[in-house]
Amino acid sequence: MWTPGDDLIEVQRAPAPGATRSTWRTFRETVRGLMTTFGRFLETPVTVQYPEEKTPVYPRFRGRHKLHRFDETPHDGGQGGLEKCVGCSLCAAACPADCIRVVAAENTPENRVSAGERYAAVYEINLSRCIFCGYCEIACPFDAITMGHDYELSDYDRSDLIFTKEMLLAEPLERTPLRNEGE
Amino acid sequence: MLATVGYYEEWWIQILKAIVIFAVGLQLVPVVLLAERKLLGRFQSRYGPNRVGPYGALQPLADILKLLTKEQFRPTSSIGFLFMFAPLVSIVTAVAAFAIIPFGNVQHIFGTPVGLYGIDVSIGPLYLFAFGAVAFYGIMLGGWSSGSKYSFLGAMRGAAQLISYEVSQGLALVGVIFTAQTLSLTGIVQAQAGMWYIVPQFFGFLIFLTASFAEINRAPFDLTEADAELVGGYNTEFGGGRFASYYFAEYLNVLVVSGIVTTVFLGGWLLPFGIHPPGWVDPFVVLFKMSLFTFFFIWVRATLPRLRYDQLMSFGWKILLPLATLNALVTAVLVVVTH
Repeated sequence: MWTPGDDLIEVQRAPAPGATRSTWRTFRETVRGLMTTFGRFLETPVTVQYPEEKTPVYPRFRGRHKLHRFDETPHDGGQGGLEKCVGCSLCAAACPADCIRVVAAENTPENRVSAGERYAAVYEINLSRCIFCGYCEIACPFDAITMGHDYELSDYDRSDLIFTKEMLLAEPLERTPLRNEGE
Repeated sequence: MLATVGYYEEWWIQILKAIVIFAVGLQLVPVVLLAERKLLGRFQSRYGPNRVGPYGALQPLADILKLLTKEQFRPTSSIGFLFMFAPLVSIVTAVAAFAIIPFGNVQHIFGTPVGLYGIDVSIGPLYLFAFGAVAFYGIMLGGWSSGSKYSFLGAMRGAAQLISYEVSQGLALVGVIFTAQTLSLTGIVQAQAGMWYIVPQFFGFLIFLTASFAEINRAPFDLTEADAELVGGYNTEFGGGRFASYYFAEYLNVLVVSGIVTTVFLGGWLLPFGIHPPGWVDPFVVLFKMSLFTFFFIWVRATLPRLRYDQLMSFGWKILLPLATLNALVTAVLVVVTH
């Protein structure tokens, strides 16, 4: 005859024997479960009604890029309104997804675009390739490119997701609420 | 032999009543459909459908329209005639069972006495169980004729489950019938004038309610559908209008069972504390009580996980059936002693 050893563990698969007690226990647990769900029923739903309400993003959230200009009010040597980007292509070099294209050109006294010697004649970011890592922002020596807060970037055409310099420089439509202090 | 009708009515009244009950009763189904989705949402701390129409009120209409405009699709391995016939069985039995729920006493409408129920059969609960048993063919034939293993498994589970729980459900009602000394549902309501049967027949009420969950395949006894393991159970292969029929029948069954529990245990159209409102209030009282039970069905669905098949069987035969038998036995003894 087979005798189970000491290391045998008996697994209770059915309710413990003793029908009355297990029935009562099941009933009690059922009522407890019902009370729990009823508590949820009385609460207000936690749903965020997305297109109408949006979850605010944190200040360091990495959304769509922005290119920056110097402030319009000239306070640092007549640079007001000039682009900060000098077309150095460090962002393009830092980009792991290889989605930034910069073609630089010389500034001339007649056509002064940026504060440096050169400016970005072409500055394109292919947002369908971008992984929003923020390396471009870190690589930039002039803080000309930063990560914005917009994340609603879907479009009907891939070519529409290649953002040009004008689009990145333009004041973005504030579509994403920013999380306040302590929120 | 035909069952005697509790109150004789002209044939045109019968037809009018059939139309009214059909029109009003079936309008309740989309309401229950929406209520279920909204309430399930609230039980899970979300809103539920709220995009179609104000507060999502048109969601069931959108669902039904979508289903009805879909292609009527049939697997090649299915049995054509039965595949079309089975959803009809489900829906017809559900509607037929709805006919016996009394919404009020005999009223005099424009001088004509009209009973506010489809038909007052003298064998009320038996009629209910008869149609319940036929409704099982809707599931069984649907699952079998689909020619799919999931459907077949669902149908087989359904067969076992319905047979097991119908016994307990019937025995739970036996106690009420002993006490009321009548099988007519209007008679049972009138017998509750002093005290609703939920008090003296409390255990019967609990047993009946539990068995009803299994009878109408609602969670936690929805093993015939068991979407997690059987895809959709007996209705896996059904789409479009045929699926809509099953869906419709399912929710109509919720209403029917709510109505039966209201009638048998909660005093139907009667109000407590001797309040006797005018006759036109009766249907609203019944509808209110029905909505309480419909809420309970949805509440339980949001709470309890599905039982395992062996748990379902052992619960039905080892716990529910002995309890129901004991309840009937004790009631019988008490009725004999007190009379």
